[in-house]
Amino acid sequence: MLRRILKAQNLMDCACRKLGRQLNIMEVCGTHTVSIFRNGIRPTLPKSLKLLSGPGCPVCVTDQGYIDVTVELAKRDDVILATYGDMIRVPGKSGSLEQLNRSNVKVVMSSDEALNLARENKDKTVVFVAVGFETTTPATAVAVGQAADENLENFTVLSGHKLVIPAMKALLTDKNNKIDAFLCPGHVSVIIGSDAYKTVLDDFDVPCVVAGFEPMQVIEGIGEICRQIYKDDIKVESIYHAAVKPEGNPTAQKIIDQYFEAFDGPWRGLGNIPGGTLRLKEEYAQFDAFKRFGIDQVPTEELNGCKCGEVLCGLIDPPQCPKFENTCTPDTPIGPCMVSSEGACSAWYKYGRRRRRRRKQA
Amino acid sequence: MCLAVPARIIELEDDKAVADAMGNKWNVRTTLIPDLKVGDFVLVHAGFAISTLDEKEARETWDLFKEIEEFDDNSNRVSG
Repeated sequence: MLRRILKAQNLMDCACRKLGRQLNIMEVCGTHTVSIFRNGIRPTLPKSLKLLSGPGCPVCVTDQGYIDVTVELAKRDDVILATYGDMIRVPGKSGSLEQLNRSNVKVVMSSDEALNLARENKDKTVVFVAVGFETTTPATAVAVGQAADENLENFTVLSGHKLVIPAMKALLTDKNNKIDAFLCPGHVSVIIGSDAYKTVLDDFDVPCVVAGFEPMQVIEGIGEICRQIYKDDIKVESIYHAAVKPEGNPTAQKIIDQYFEAFDGPWRGLGNIPGGTLRLKEEYAQFDAFKRFGIDQVPTEELNGCKCGEVLCGLIDPPQCPKFENTCTPDTPIGPCMVSSEGACSAWYKYGRRRRRRRKQA
Repeated sequence: MCLAVPARIIELEDDKAVADAMGNKWNVRTTLIPDLKVGDFVLVHAGFAISTLDEKEARETWDLFKEIEEFDDNSNRVSG
């Protein structure tokens, strides 16, 4: 293993020397962010190699307006709001779902559990707070299919699902972007396949390397990016062979396509991304919570002073936000990047604090 | 949110399975991987098997999780 680490580090040094300036690699996925901090990878990198934490945490990129809609729906007595756990603490303009403290907000671990709530509570409408990228979307799609088969009229989906590749392109289109390469998300790639990044390569000519989440995968992924830069051999590569195929999971892709269609929609920090979000197709409109409750559009108001948007674009590191560690902590989060366990602010706070504590003890 | 955990299919009927991950048993849907068999190792995300894995990869990841649990007092991996 040591030999593999040294090889990757050598490639990093070579690429940084060749570039003659700071090399910025964005890890798109929040699980990579956590793995990088948890395994102490950052301090082992050359000084001129910088990792940027990208928009790969579904909770973090969920637009402020969407949170506000969930809070408003949760106030209705005729609704049961079924949500993944991370969402309940994200503050909207009038507080979070957790602060509402209502018994009709139910935390679920899967879309199946949301379906069960609908089956067991026929007098209420279940709204499934469906966030996540291509990894989570098939689970929502299967639930919609099942609700249609069972004619489960009281099951609805508030789709906040997003597509990763349009977001990567939007980031690179921004003239202020500092991104030289992407460490592509492992589990999204299980679904979409590594070949899906070829469109990013075609349009922008940056290395796109898929890696898993174990420390060696992350280090070797960064090493492969550096090899490509050093050898001037820019391409799409996957080193997560155990789970990711070039073509991805065709069954999952087909299920997504059957129920969802891409449309232009808001991402926190990145604004409106063309084709960057998913909504239910017209033939499944009866399961669309936006339509069922007459929510025409989602307003997009950011909370005052929260810099999560700039963090997600890799423009600033979390400590550069004036609220970081000051008024914004995991116990009193102001923005979603501090709420989610996969958020960049939460990772910087948690692992930075440990380092500081260790330093104090020593 | 993106966390996926390796597990081994121990019971399977249609697209509903019971999977075992380090002694924890979960109900898992196998709709996204049609050809699974009992004994297969899979990656489970939000209640769905999303990919097959070989046994070696699964066991390596379990070992890593055990290591993290051992050393990480604040381990918080329960999310969507």
